[in-house]
Amino acid sequence: MASSKNVRPPRTMATTLTPDENALHPDLLLIEKVKAGDLSAFEQLMRQYDRQIFRIALHITQNREDAEDIVQDTFLKVFQKLDQFQGNSKFYTWLVRIAVNESLMRLRKRRSQKTVSMDEEIQTEEGPIPRDFADWMPNPEQNYNQSELADILRRAIQGLPPGFRTVFALRDIDGLSTEETAQALGLSVPAVKSRLLRARLQLRERLSRYFRVPTGVQPQ
Amino acid sequence: MNCTEFLANLTDYFDTKTAAALRSELERHMAGCSHCHVTLNTTRQTIEIYRNDELYELPESIRTQLQQAVLAKCAAMKKKKEPCA
Ligand SMILES: [Zn+2]
Repeated sequence: MASSKNVRPPRTMATTLTPDENALHPDLLLIEKVKAGDLSAFEQLMRQYDRQIFRIALHITQNREDAEDIVQDTFLKVFQKLDQFQGNSKFYTWLVRIAVNESLMRLRKRRSQKTVSMDEEIQTEEGPIPRDFADWMPNPEQNYNQSELADILRRAIQGLPPGFRTVFALRDIDGLSTEETAQALGLSVPAVKSRLLRARLQLRERLSRYFRVPTGVQPQ
Repeated sequence: MNCTEFLANLTDYFDTKTAAALRSELERHMAGCSHCHVTLNTTRQTIEIYRNDELYELPESIRTQLQQAVLAKCAAMKKKKEPCA
């Protein structure tokens, strides 16, 4: 049996796995095996993607326990729905879409009074206008210890609306292409682009408070 | 190109698929505008800091637990589907 072959691509492989979209993706072989009743093939799929799904879920929900539950629920759903998977879309994109939906559902439960969806429009009429034009110190992360830095990053991303946070996480942290992000979220490509731009600029603005070169000090 | 146009296309600058013409227009604007230059550089740093951050790793022990739990449930589901197997 070839199932012992351990295919584990690096973390940000999603966009680079198959340059040729028509080539038979290794995931598809595994899926065929799962459909034929081979659970070890499903375990392989899970091992391949559970870390990424966790990261995405954590970015959306900002809650570790929820993210762990989402990993479970997502893979269970995938197992149940595998017959519905159309081989013409990438398995990973399909998987991410399920995980995003599960994450948004959790978020909705937590804030039962407020609806949360990808369509949630954010009420800034004018575009994102940067206000902080100070340059950053070199290697600003090194000015903080690990837990301080983690805190800064978490606080900054928590302030973003979920719809922005999700696009930023998929596109910039997980490395999906704009098209894949659009597909996974059920958004148009222009919508993804505009959210990504705003997410990046808002995060930049927030991080600037911590990372800017202090006034009166000349950057090297 | 003015600052507003620069900002609107900022995201494309990081995209390797962006046309060379647009890229050089952005670079030309940046060369004469320190605000946009800083905005672009610090936006790039923002992305890099989040990308390098290990904050969101799933611990190996929990990973194994989750995998086992899912597989057990899948096996149970499979059994239900084929009662005669
Ligand atoms: Zn400018």
